[in-house]
Amino acid sequence: MDHDSYSDTYIRGILNTVKSIAMVGFSPKENRPSYFAFKYLLERGYIMIPINPGQAGKQVLGRTVYAKLSDVPEPVDMVDIFRAPQFAVPIVQEALTLQPYPQVIWMQLGVRNDEAAALAETAGLKVVMNRCPKIEYGRLSSEISWMGVNSRTISSKRAQLSGRGIQRLSLNRTTMSGGATDAAERAIAKEAADRAAGEGDGR
Amino acid sequence: MTERIPGFSTLAIHAGAQPDPTTGARATPIYQTTSFVFEDVDHAASLFGLQTFGNIYTRIGNPTNAVLEERVAALEGGTAGLAVASGHAAQVIVFHCLMRPGDEFVAAKKLYGGSINQFNHAFKNFGWNVVWADPDDVSSFERAVSPKTKAIFIESIANPGGVICDVEAIAKIARGAGVPLIVDNTLATPYLCKPIDYGADIVVHSLTKFLGGHGNSIGGLVVDAGTFNWSREGRYPMLSEPRPEYHGIVLHETFGNFAFAIACRVLSLRDMGPALSPFNAFLILTGIETLPLRMQRHCDNALSTAEWLAEHPKVAWVSYPGLDGDRYNSLAQKYCPSGAGSVFTFGLKGGYEAGIKLVSNVKLFSHLANIGDTRSLIIHPASTTHRQLSDAQKVQAGAGPDVVRLSIGLEDVEDIIGDLEDALATA
Repeated sequence: MDHDSYSDTYIRGILNTVKSIAMVGFSPKENRPSYFAFKYLLERGYIMIPINPGQAGKQVLGRTVYAKLSDVPEPVDMVDIFRAPQFAVPIVQEALTLQPYPQVIWMQLGVRNDEAAALAETAGLKVVMNRCPKIEYGRLSSEISWMGVNSRTISSKRAQLSGRGIQRLSLNRTTMSGGATDAAERAIAKEAADRAAGEGDGR
Repeated sequence: MTERIPGFSTLAIHAGAQPDPTTGARATPIYQTTSFVFEDVDHAASLFGLQTFGNIYTRIGNPTNAVLEERVAALEGGTAGLAVASGHAAQVIVFHCLMRPGDEFVAAKKLYGGSINQFNHAFKNFGWNVVWADPDDVSSFERAVSPKTKAIFIESIANPGGVICDVEAIAKIARGAGVPLIVDNTLATPYLCKPIDYGADIVVHSLTKFLGGHGNSIGGLVVDAGTFNWSREGRYPMLSEPRPEYHGIVLHETFGNFAFAIACRVLSLRDMGPALSPFNAFLILTGIETLPLRMQRHCDNALSTAEWLAEHPKVAWVSYPGLDGDRYNSLAQKYCPSGAGSVFTFGLKGGYEAGIKLVSNVKLFSHLANIGDTRSLIIHPASTTHRQLSDAQKVQAGAGPDVVRLSIGLEDVEDIIGDLEDALATA
């Protein structure tokens, strides 16, 4: 798997399988992206587990915050890494001390660490990098289409209501690929290359 | 099994639309409602806080409009779209997200006359200062850039003169200046040209023209290419700074490569207010389903008409980039190889008076101030659309006293040419 792109089938399979998601780098501030993603996924029925050493023991959105992955007293199906790329390897190493192993290591939009990915894949885990599970859920359910966002999917099948409240759609939607966003993909790749070049210069 | 990437015609029919989740309606329903009920106060809070996707109030978003937004974004190859009340509204919304009082933007001086007016007058009241550059001299854009420049604005095919801009060359200048390139793609439509492929960061449309295509609805649209880094130098605080309107959210870090479209919606459309009617969105969507068929016929009819006019003894010149030998023909081959659109101008040897006579004599062409209709349209810009410009500006914009503008429709080309032949006989 080259991790430059993922099929919708792969992503949908992950989001349809995992039940509990530990978010490492969760912020309790309600204007932060991690809080947005956490709350959205919680409302979609995932068992969300916030990880933040500075907030350990607190209750946020009805969930207990833990200092680290190994403190979580319940099974973790997916680890969502909301930290800078250089922290990904130790987080994966810690995830691999859990019994049973998580099924998935997911690195957020803007986070890619191929060494961490290889570590997880060698242990049999699935890996997603440089994606946001909230955006992917919104895209594959088509909820994100309400914001005029190109879901990059099309379908002649009825969208499925999630059964949880109104204005909520299910991931179980039959789709094929839609409109591509090649220019945006190229821009992301260039940003990553520029960042890597910048680090090489010691900046 | 590899995932099949759908072609343009498939996207023109399907992108953004799917059978309605509750009723199974196959055509996109017209959600003719002002507002949408909340599940509970938490749901309302999540929606107002932008923490979940969904509908609140039709000034901010509407499911029918959303299908249109995704449709055009997909056709252009962008990450997201925003539909608004008109093409002019799209421009106000875009610049409101980019500019602060005292800022500048560089614009091609060959533009739709309404845009020239908007930039020269309405925008000046906001302290948004236009600096004009010449699309026929790409280096003039480079010279026009200053530290205050926040964007470059061009039309891919400029109205009314059949000018084709070198989008790729101007995109390089924008990238060098660290500012986004905005391309008005109204006359080309994504069927003929996709500016994002050549480096555009934002595309705007008047949906009123070829996208809607039937002369029945005004509308505008903004497409976010998802290519510009709004946070790099902090020059775009609407996207890179915490927004007090939304409890300190930073839109770029929260919404990534569709943040500009979200900013246009939640900061500009929400507060400036030019929302599109869902009924108009429905009509425009229906038009877009046949865009590939219509655009090709428009272009084929336009080329035949331009070739016929070029041979006519009362015609001094024809400016249609699809003609061999036209000064923009090589740019047309590069940027719109399927056809150079259906809007072009020609000059009458009889000047201003002959122009007035011609628009009075026609029986099939409609004399009105629009373009991109199924019907063939004619206008004398110097006495109408470009009337408010100075004489020098008129000539600069390709709207001198002898100029007649045509928007060639979808009628039988023999009838289009026949009407011009009869009308020219007595002009």
